[in-house]
Amino acid sequence: MATYNLDVTKDHCPMTFVKTKIELNKLQKGDVLQVKLLEGEPLENVPRSAREQGFNVLSVTETETKGVYNVEIQK
Amino acid sequence: MTTKKLSIIAFSGDFDKLTAVFTLATGAAAVGYEVNIFFTFWGLDALKIKQGRSPLGSNWLTKVFGVMMGGLKASPTTRFNFCGIGPKIFRYLMRKNNVATLEELVEAAKVLGINFYACEMAMHILGLKKEDFIPEVKDVLGVASFLKLSEGGQTLFI
Repeated sequence: MATYNLDVTKDHCPMTFVKTKIELNKLQKGDVLQVKLLEGEPLENVPRSAREQGFNVLSVTETETKGVYNVEIQK
Repeated sequence: MTTKKLSIIAFSGDFDKLTAVFTLATGAAAVGYEVNIFFTFWGLDALKIKQGRSPLGSNWLTKVFGVMMGGLKASPTTRFNFCGIGPKIFRYLMRKNNVATLEELVEAAKVLGINFYACEMAMHILGLKKEDFIPEVKDVLGVASFLKLSEGGQTLFI
Protein backbone atom coordinates (compact mmCIF):
# COMPACT_ATOMS: atom_id res chain seq x y z
CA MET A 1 0.00 0.00 0.00
CA ALA A 2 1.54 3.26 -1.11
CA THR A 3 0.65 6.92 -0.80
CA TYR A 4 0.78 9.31 -3.73
CA ASN A 5 0.43 13.07 -3.95
CA LEU A 6 -1.36 15.28 -6.43
CA ASP A 7 -1.60 19.07 -6.39
CA VAL A 8 -4.49 20.55 -8.35
CA THR A 9 -4.53 23.95 -6.66
CA LYS A 10 -3.50 25.64 -9.91
CA ASP A 11 -6.04 23.77 -12.05
CA HIS A 12 -9.62 24.54 -12.98
CA CYS A 13 -12.70 22.61 -14.05
CA PRO A 14 -12.62 19.95 -15.44
CA MET A 15 -8.88 19.29 -14.91
CA THR A 16 -9.16 19.18 -11.09
CA PHE A 17 -11.19 15.99 -11.15
CA VAL A 18 -9.84 14.79 -14.52
CA LYS A 19 -6.28 14.71 -13.12
CA THR A 20 -7.55 13.06 -9.92
CA LYS A 21 -9.31 10.35 -11.93
CA ILE A 22 -6.26 9.73 -14.15
CA GLU A 23 -4.04 9.38 -11.04
CA LEU A 24 -6.55 7.09 -9.32
CA ASN A 25 -6.61 4.86 -12.40
CA LYS A 26 -2.84 4.33 -12.06
CA LEU A 27 -3.10 3.24 -8.41
CA GLN A 28 -3.27 -0.30 -7.06
CA LYS A 29 -6.18 -1.31 -4.86
CA GLY A 30 -5.51 -0.11 -1.32
CA ASP A 31 -3.20 2.75 -2.38
CA VAL A 32 -3.98 6.24 -1.15
CA LEU A 33 -3.96 9.45 -3.17
CA GLN A 34 -3.56 12.74 -1.32
CA VAL A 35 -5.06 15.52 -3.39
CA LYS A 36 -4.29 19.12 -2.54
CA LEU A 37 -7.06 21.37 -3.79
CA LEU A 38 -8.83 24.68 -3.30
CA GLU A 39 -12.16 25.28 -1.61
CA GLY A 40 -15.22 25.86 -3.79
CA GLU A 41 -15.79 23.83 -6.94
CA PRO A 42 -12.81 21.41 -6.56
CA LEU A 43 -13.59 20.74 -2.88
CA GLU A 44 -17.19 19.92 -3.77
CA ASN A 45 -16.53 17.88 -6.91
CA VAL A 46 -13.39 15.86 -6.24
CA PRO A 47 -14.54 14.00 -3.08
CA ARG A 48 -18.10 13.59 -4.38
CA SER A 49 -17.11 12.14 -7.76
CA ALA A 50 -14.59 9.84 -6.03
CA ARG A 51 -17.29 8.53 -3.68
CA GLU A 52 -19.76 8.07 -6.54
CA GLN A 53 -17.25 5.87 -8.34
CA GLY A 54 -16.72 3.65 -5.35
CA PHE A 55 -13.47 5.10 -4.02
CA ASN A 56 -13.07 5.56 -0.29
CA VAL A 57 -12.67 9.19 0.83
CA LEU A 58 -10.66 8.81 4.04
CA SER A 59 -10.41 12.45 5.09
CA VAL A 60 -10.94 16.05 4.07
CA THR A 61 -8.80 18.47 6.06
CA GLU A 62 -7.87 22.11 5.69
CA THR A 63 -4.11 22.77 5.51
CA GLU A 64 -2.29 25.60 7.29
CA THR A 65 -3.05 27.74 4.26
CA LYS A 66 -6.60 29.02 4.44
CA GLY A 67 -8.80 27.75 1.61
CA VAL A 68 -6.40 24.92 0.68
CA TYR A 69 -7.54 21.42 1.53
CA ASN A 70 -6.08 17.93 1.57
CA VAL A 71 -8.35 15.10 0.47
CA GLU A 72 -7.26 11.51 1.04
CA ILE A 73 -8.77 9.02 -1.37
CA GLN A 74 -8.21 5.29 -1.17
CA LYS A 75 -8.62 3.04 -4.16
CA MET B 1 -23.91 0.87 -10.03
CA THR B 2 -25.27 1.56 -13.50
CA THR B 3 -22.95 3.40 -15.86
CA LYS B 4 -24.18 6.81 -17.00
CA LYS B 5 -23.55 7.66 -20.60
CA LEU B 6 -22.83 10.83 -22.59
CA SER B 7 -22.65 10.84 -26.37
CA ILE B 8 -21.52 13.95 -28.22
CA ILE B 9 -21.86 14.66 -31.91
CA ALA B 10 -18.86 16.86 -32.68
CA PHE B 11 -19.93 18.61 -35.88
CA SER B 12 -17.89 21.78 -35.55
CA GLY B 13 -14.16 22.01 -36.23
CA ASP B 14 -13.98 25.36 -34.43
CA PHE B 15 -11.42 25.73 -31.68
CA ASP B 16 -13.91 27.02 -29.09
CA LYS B 17 -16.60 24.46 -29.85
CA LEU B 18 -14.07 21.61 -29.79
CA THR B 19 -12.89 22.95 -26.43
CA ALA B 20 -16.50 22.64 -25.23
CA VAL B 21 -16.70 19.08 -26.62
CA PHE B 22 -13.51 17.94 -24.88
CA THR B 23 -14.24 19.80 -21.62
CA LEU B 24 -17.63 18.11 -21.30
CA ALA B 25 -16.28 14.76 -22.44
CA THR B 26 -13.30 14.63 -20.07
CA GLY B 27 -15.36 15.99 -17.17
CA ALA B 28 -18.03 13.36 -17.71
CA ALA B 29 -15.48 10.54 -18.09
CA ALA B 30 -13.73 11.66 -14.90
CA VAL B 31 -16.96 11.36 -12.91
CA GLY B 32 -17.58 7.87 -14.23
CA TYR B 33 -19.60 8.35 -17.41
CA GLU B 34 -19.10 6.22 -20.46
CA VAL B 35 -18.35 8.82 -23.16
CA ASN B 36 -18.72 8.51 -26.91
CA ILE B 37 -17.77 11.26 -29.36
CA PHE B 38 -19.00 10.96 -32.91
CA PHE B 39 -16.93 13.27 -35.11
CA THR B 40 -18.59 14.35 -38.30
CA PHE B 41 -17.92 16.89 -41.04
CA TRP B 42 -15.75 19.78 -39.75
CA GLY B 43 -15.37 17.95 -36.45
CA LEU B 44 -13.22 15.33 -38.20
CA ASP B 45 -10.40 17.92 -38.26
CA ALA B 46 -9.84 17.22 -34.56
CA LEU B 47 -8.92 13.60 -35.33
CA LYS B 48 -6.32 14.17 -38.03
CA ILE B 49 -2.82 12.94 -37.27
CA LYS B 50 -1.43 15.91 -39.15
CA GLN B 51 -2.57 18.73 -36.89
CA GLY B 52 -1.44 21.52 -39.20
CA ARG B 53 -2.57 22.09 -42.79
CA SER B 54 -1.93 19.21 -45.13
CA PRO B 55 -3.45 18.10 -48.44
CA LEU B 56 -5.44 15.13 -47.16
CA GLY B 57 -8.04 14.00 -49.65
CA SER B 58 -8.74 11.68 -52.52
CA ASN B 59 -8.69 14.19 -55.41
CA TRP B 60 -7.55 17.76 -56.11
CA LEU B 61 -10.74 19.32 -54.73
CA THR B 62 -10.75 17.42 -51.42
CA LYS B 63 -6.97 18.01 -51.15
CA VAL B 64 -7.60 21.78 -51.39
CA PHE B 65 -10.32 21.38 -48.73
CA GLY B 66 -7.83 19.41 -46.63
CA VAL B 67 -5.35 22.29 -46.66
CA MET B 68 -8.08 24.88 -45.99
CA MET B 69 -9.63 22.90 -43.12
CA GLY B 70 -6.40 21.74 -41.50
CA GLY B 71 -6.18 19.83 -38.23
CA LEU B 72 -6.52 20.62 -34.52
CA LYS B 73 -3.72 23.20 -34.53
CA ALA B 74 -5.30 25.05 -37.46
CA SER B 75 -8.81 25.22 -35.99
CA PRO B 76 -10.31 28.73 -36.10
CA THR B 77 -12.41 30.37 -33.38
CA THR B 78 -16.13 30.97 -33.99
CA ARG B 79 -15.64 34.67 -33.20
CA PHE B 80 -12.51 36.84 -33.00
CA ASN B 81 -10.58 34.56 -35.34
CA PHE B 82 -8.63 37.49 -36.83
CA CYS B 83 -7.27 35.35 -39.68
CA GLY B 84 -5.93 32.71 -37.31
CA ILE B 85 -4.50 34.96 -34.60
CA GLY B 86 -7.59 34.45 -32.42
CA PRO B 87 -6.85 30.83 -31.44
CA LYS B 88 -3.26 31.82 -30.56
CA ILE B 89 -4.59 34.54 -28.24
CA PHE B 90 -7.03 32.11 -26.61
CA ARG B 91 -4.32 29.46 -26.16
CA TYR B 92 -2.16 32.13 -24.50
CA LEU B 93 -5.02 33.21 -22.22
CA MET B 94 -5.81 29.60 -21.29
CA ARG B 95 -2.19 28.84 -20.41
CA LYS B 96 -1.83 32.09 -18.49
CA ASN B 97 -4.92 31.29 -16.41
CA ASN B 98 -3.99 27.61 -15.90
CA VAL B 99 -7.02 26.43 -17.85
CA ALA B 100 -6.41 23.24 -19.83
CA THR B 101 -5.68 23.93 -23.49
CA LEU B 102 -7.50 22.04 -26.23
CA GLU B 103 -4.47 19.79 -26.78
CA GLU B 104 -4.28 18.92 -23.07
CA LEU B 105 -7.99 18.08 -23.03
CA VAL B 106 -7.59 15.80 -26.06
CA GLU B 107 -4.69 13.99 -24.38
CA ALA B 108 -6.75 13.61 -21.18
CA ALA B 109 -9.64 12.23 -23.24
CA LYS B 110 -7.34 9.56 -24.70
CA VAL B 111 -6.01 8.60 -21.26
CA LEU B 112 -9.54 8.38 -19.84
CA GLY B 113 -10.48 5.96 -22.60
CA ILE B 114 -13.16 8.09 -24.22
CA ASN B 115 -14.51 6.43 -27.35
CA PHE B 116 -13.80 8.33 -30.57
CA TYR B 117 -15.83 7.51 -33.66
CA ALA B 118 -15.60 8.97 -37.16
CA CYS B 119 -18.55 9.52 -39.49
CA GLU B 120 -18.31 7.32 -42.55
CA MET B 121 -20.39 9.57 -44.80
CA ALA B 122 -18.41 12.76 -44.02
CA MET B 123 -15.12 10.91 -44.50
CA HIS B 124 -16.34 9.79 -47.90
CA ILE B 125 -17.25 13.35 -48.98
CA LEU B 126 -13.95 14.81 -47.74
CA GLY B 127 -11.85 11.96 -49.13
CA LEU B 128 -10.49 11.05 -45.69
CA LYS B 129 -9.33 7.57 -44.68
CA LYS B 130 -9.14 5.98 -41.24
CA GLU B 131 -5.31 6.07 -41.61
CA ASP B 132 -5.50 9.89 -41.73
CA PHE B 133 -6.76 9.84 -38.14
CA ILE B 134 -5.16 9.23 -34.76
CA PRO B 135 -5.07 5.54 -33.78
CA GLU B 136 -7.46 6.19 -30.86
CA VAL B 137 -10.35 6.35 -33.35
CA LYS B 138 -12.20 3.21 -32.38
CA ASP B 139 -14.37 2.82 -35.42
CA VAL B 140 -15.91 4.40 -38.51
CA LEU B 141 -19.68 4.55 -38.10
CA GLY B 142 -22.96 5.63 -39.63
CA VAL B 143 -26.10 7.10 -38.07
CA ALA B 144 -27.70 3.77 -37.14
CA SER B 145 -24.64 2.57 -35.21
CA PHE B 146 -24.29 5.90 -33.44
CA LEU B 147 -27.96 5.82 -32.35
CA LYS B 148 -27.43 2.36 -30.98
CA LEU B 149 -24.30 3.46 -29.09
CA SER B 150 -25.96 6.52 -27.59
CA GLU B 151 -29.16 4.73 -26.60
CA GLY B 152 -30.11 5.16 -22.96
CA GLY B 153 -27.78 8.12 -22.35
CA GLN B 154 -27.60 11.84 -22.97
CA THR B 155 -26.74 13.16 -26.42
CA LEU B 156 -25.34 16.56 -27.36
CA PHE B 157 -24.73 18.17 -30.72
CA ILE B 158 -21.88 20.68 -30.76
